[in-house]
Amino acid sequence: MNGDTAKKSIPYTVPIGPVHPALKEPVMFTFQMEGEVVKSVDFAPGNTHRGIEWMGMRRNPVQIVHLTDRICGICGIVHSLSFARAVEQIAEIEVPPRADYIRTIMHELERIQSHLLWAGVAAHELGFDSLFYLAWRVREQSMDLIENITGNRVNYAIVQIGGVRRDISDNQRPLIEQGLAYYQGLLDQMKNVFLNDSTIRMRCRDHGLLSYRDAQLLCAIGPTARASGVAMDVRHDYPYCAYGDLDVHPVLPPQEFGGPKGDVYDRIIVRLLEIAQSIDIIQQCLNTLPAGEILWEKKMPKLLLTLKKAQGEAIGRVEAPRGECMHYVRMDGNDAPATWKVKASSYSNLMSWIPMLKGEQLADIPIIVASIDPCLSCTDRVAVIRNGSAGYLTKEELTRLSREKTRRLEQCY
Amino acid sequence: MNETPHLSPQEVIDLYKTEFRAGILDAMITERGEGVHKTKGYNIWIRLNRELLKPAIKKLMDIRFPHLAVIAGNDLGDEIELLYIFSVFYGTKFGEYMITFGIRLKKADLTVPTITDLIPGALLSEREKQEFFGITVTGIPDGRRLFLPDDFPQGVYPWRKDETGIKPEMVRELWTIDRPKDRPIPPVPEKKPVPEEPAAEEKEKKSGGTPE
Repeated sequence: MNGDTAKKSIPYTVPIGPVHPALKEPVMFTFQMEGEVVKSVDFAPGNTHRGIEWMGMRRNPVQIVHLTDRICGICGIVHSLSFARAVEQIAEIEVPPRADYIRTIMHELERIQSHLLWAGVAAHELGFDSLFYLAWRVREQSMDLIENITGNRVNYAIVQIGGVRRDISDNQRPLIEQGLAYYQGLLDQMKNVFLNDSTIRMRCRDHGLLSYRDAQLLCAIGPTARASGVAMDVRHDYPYCAYGDLDVHPVLPPQEFGGPKGDVYDRIIVRLLEIAQSIDIIQQCLNTLPAGEILWEKKMPKLLLTLKKAQGEAIGRVEAPRGECMHYVRMDGNDAPATWKVKASSYSNLMSWIPMLKGEQLADIPIIVASIDPCLSCTDRVAVIRNGSAGYLTKEELTRLSREKTRRLEQCY
Repeated sequence: MNETPHLSPQEVIDLYKTEFRAGILDAMITERGEGVHKTKGYNIWIRLNRELLKPAIKKLMDIRFPHLAVIAGNDLGDEIELLYIFSVFYGTKFGEYMITFGIRLKKADLTVPTITDLIPGALLSEREKQEFFGITVTGIPDGRRLFLPDDFPQGVYPWRKDETGIKPEMVRELWTIDRPKDRPIPPVPEKKPVPEEPAAEEKEKKSGGTPE
């Protein structure tokens, strides 16, 4: 980025990506740069398109439920839940209330672990590795709870069409309550380290701006939209699972931190506050957990027969940690659905990168890209092309740039 | 922006019926309640003439600015049906509806106007429909492929169910790789019933039988 640039033409094209070794969803970025400033952004997803919908249209819904578990490595329940809800509507399957509550509890535990994972990644991008270790250590508590309830840490396999596959026993309740108390005690500490740190504020305040209007026009969802002041949250807007019985409000950046600005800082605030909200929701669900069955039908042949007869179309949607997750299913009386369309949360949020990244510096790219929580927080390798000759920078190099900026700001402070 | 007050699902359909009359081919409401109180959520499905797509979306934007979830599609044989799935009235407690506009395109004329001039965020979804269904979105500001790799063959559309869909020779059967050669190829015919089997099933029933 230095020295002999005088005779080269401006703007420079800086491709970043596509593969990231640690997180899913690789995306190839191409930046037009003028010096350190991003002039325009282009991105190309699709490097991990596995044709899951195509595979699903050749399998029966019970098989697809297990396929949906594997769409995302972090959101273990949202896809299977969306898909199951769509199929249940088509086949007119009534889910027992207890199963709805267990689904909700899992849904919120997942939000806690996902937001903590994100908080750790964000801290890492900014160069606060101690904070990254802290966030990921406390995340383990939610992973342990998830493992205790479902038997799995990642692909939970708890949702079945018509209910859930595992019950929460009375012995497990104290464990869950302990876990919630643990997070309750930690939240103030997390808020303090993230929100009262002047360096984090300098790196994140007024960076990666997404206006209210842009958030609407670009179909942004979830914490990304809420940080821009768009009050949308499927849990509040549209009743599903146990949320129809609960009082859930969309979390917007509060006035005391300067109101919704739509920057990276607001997105941090929204996610931290949502962890507190999730703890509250799980507590409410545990207190009012109805008794009864957890499955509409235990016998697999009968379930499969019902699903085979089902005809119609439906939409299943849930509020994933990253925003609305939606599945459209159409069934026409065959084993496999005629159409299955998956709309993951990041699908709607990717377009927001374009206004967010414009005018920002190269060193701010990792945190801004990470701020929508796309499951790709920084980049694998950077190829800087100047006049046709390519020199490769590693992803570590880009993270190093970001970290150096933090160090510089710390010195100013 | 002046916004109309919150409407019931039937009122939304009535608005469309009075404005577009015979252009509305089919309109229905589905509802679903879950949990203990079974609080209802509503989905509105409107099938309309293909040329009414953009006026219908404009009308929706007048009612309240909608959120475009995705454009889905069905291959119905000689037609492709595109479903523009929106949600409207978000931010209202349990007052949001999904509203889906369905249009049918004959396979001889698979063109549809872009809606990115109304909702720029529709771009990714339109690019995806172009490559997966082989439709042409006229006026699309960026017609490149989105998810499919550059070396994917032209003229093959993965979600089509006709001869332009994925060909059998393109499918790589992962289960065959490194598989011992001396095993029968699935589906393996079912074994003859053994007399012990019913007893085992009954035992499972007694113990409450977990699913799977």
